[in-house]
Amino acid sequence: MVKTFGEFLIFMQSMLVRKERLAVLWQRMLDEAILIGIDSVFIVSIVSAFIGAVTCVQIAYNLINPLIPKSTIGFMVREMTILELAPTITSIVLAGKVGSSIAGGLGTMRITEQVDALEVMGINSASYLVLPKIVAAMLMFPLLVILAMVLSILGGYLAGTLSGAMSAQEYVEGIRTDFVPYNIVFALIKSVVFAFLVSAISSYKGYYTKGGALEVGAASTGAVTNSIIAILLADYVLAAVLL
Amino acid sequence: MIEVHNIQKSFNGNPVLKGITCTFETGKCNLLLGGSGTGKSVLLQCIVGLMKPDLGSITFDGLVFTNNKVDIKQEIRRKIGMLFQGGALFDSMTVFENTEFPLKMLTPEMSKEERRDRVEFCLKRVGLENAGTKMPSEISGGMKKRVGIARAIAPNCTYLFCDEPNSGLDPATSIKIDELIYEITHEYGITTVVITHDMNSVVEIGDHIIYLHKGQKLWDGNKDEILNTTVPELKEFIFSSSLVRAAKKVDEETEGGLAAATSDEAINI
Repeated sequence: MVKTFGEFLIFMQSMLVRKERLAVLWQRMLDEAILIGIDSVFIVSIVSAFIGAVTCVQIAYNLINPLIPKSTIGFMVREMTILELAPTITSIVLAGKVGSSIAGGLGTMRITEQVDALEVMGINSASYLVLPKIVAAMLMFPLLVILAMVLSILGGYLAGTLSGAMSAQEYVEGIRTDFVPYNIVFALIKSVVFAFLVSAISSYKGYYTKGGALEVGAASTGAVTNSIIAILLADYVLAAVLL
Repeated sequence: MIEVHNIQKSFNGNPVLKGITCTFETGKCNLLLGGSGTGKSVLLQCIVGLMKPDLGSITFDGLVFTNNKVDIKQEIRRKIGMLFQGGALFDSMTVFENTEFPLKMLTPEMSKEERRDRVEFCLKRVGLENAGTKMPSEISGGMKKRVGIARAIAPNCTYLFCDEPNSGLDPATSIKIDELIYEITHEYGITTVVITHDMNSVVEIGDHIIYLHKGQKLWDGNKDEILNTTVPELKEFIFSSSLVRAAKKVDEETEGGLAAATSDEAINI
């Protein structure tokens, strides 16, 4: 485990030496941003809207005490969404979608000698292939998390009002109660950290793939599993440190 | 000229290269010949820098490659073109973009028009002038090898390395690829190193042949000398090829020499 962590650090360091020209990396970063960000909008939208809706319905189901105002449902949906569900669940979903794609792509490039072809040309393959992925992920994850926050709260609103659990006014009142702007900052810090973990771990797994198609599949699975564990560990550490 | 001196490489204590010293001559097709598992690919990977040898040195036209500064290694690497066994074309790029890629990366001073002209020239040189818009998944194995050659020569490489260029190809396409490598080597005066275990390639393009056996260099010479070798391991390797056995038979019967090896009669035998 220590050896693997050491190799991971060396891999991270290797991205930062012999970097390609900025124009090349910028173009690569834009390409990766489309793959990581734009192509994930659909799945993030679906997941976050339903999570918001389900959260709202389940809170309404549990809050049957007539002394607790119904606006509390909106308040709880907002707090859960901003603090935990949007950044963490979105990142876990992206670990599955983006992480497996990064590991599979790099693994395939490795076993088909495309990475070697870059190295023989004198190009730092880690810098050319991996650095833009990590930068793009760190830029796109926060944007996707903001989208997830909005859609999750909207999902809660639709589920709450359409099911008759509360009125629109009560929900809006709830989501405006005791709003702490720092929570948004906290969620965005989390998303940047999760983005780094997902992209870096998946890249490491894919970049060092050896063997054939079976190992590429194993690298993808390993990337997703390790990314999710890293997200959950980092989630706890960040909550303990920053809240 | 590429000089390899006393290269040794082991994996988990198992020696794969046992002190190989050889020279790859400029303007010639240098063949690394040997059976499977004799260390040809490991030696090639050490030469191009994909693997670090345990011991020994490699120099490219007097410039030491092994254990030298990163800048010097980069300078040498940028003169290297390589044709990989499977082509190693970038899946996400068209044939044109694959060929243009090293120019974009290594020669930023080139204008877009200059790059386009160079790519068109290289694709035409390998007979793929109409395949520029195709994706690697849409072309045959032989075409992939041609694109690999075009990509390798696009930045005016000084050294061309080919890792089993004939693997997975039918005999007719193999001969065409061999001819292409041979022509390009002599046309541009580059140092070409070809890994092969194919005796057809030896007969076709072997200007200078180095025979490896169990991690050691056992013999070197040219295609005219190889059939008269006295090295038992090389003899056994050569005459395991039915084509060469047939050629030798014709040679003995007709004194037709090696040329008879490619005759219809020999092939039919």
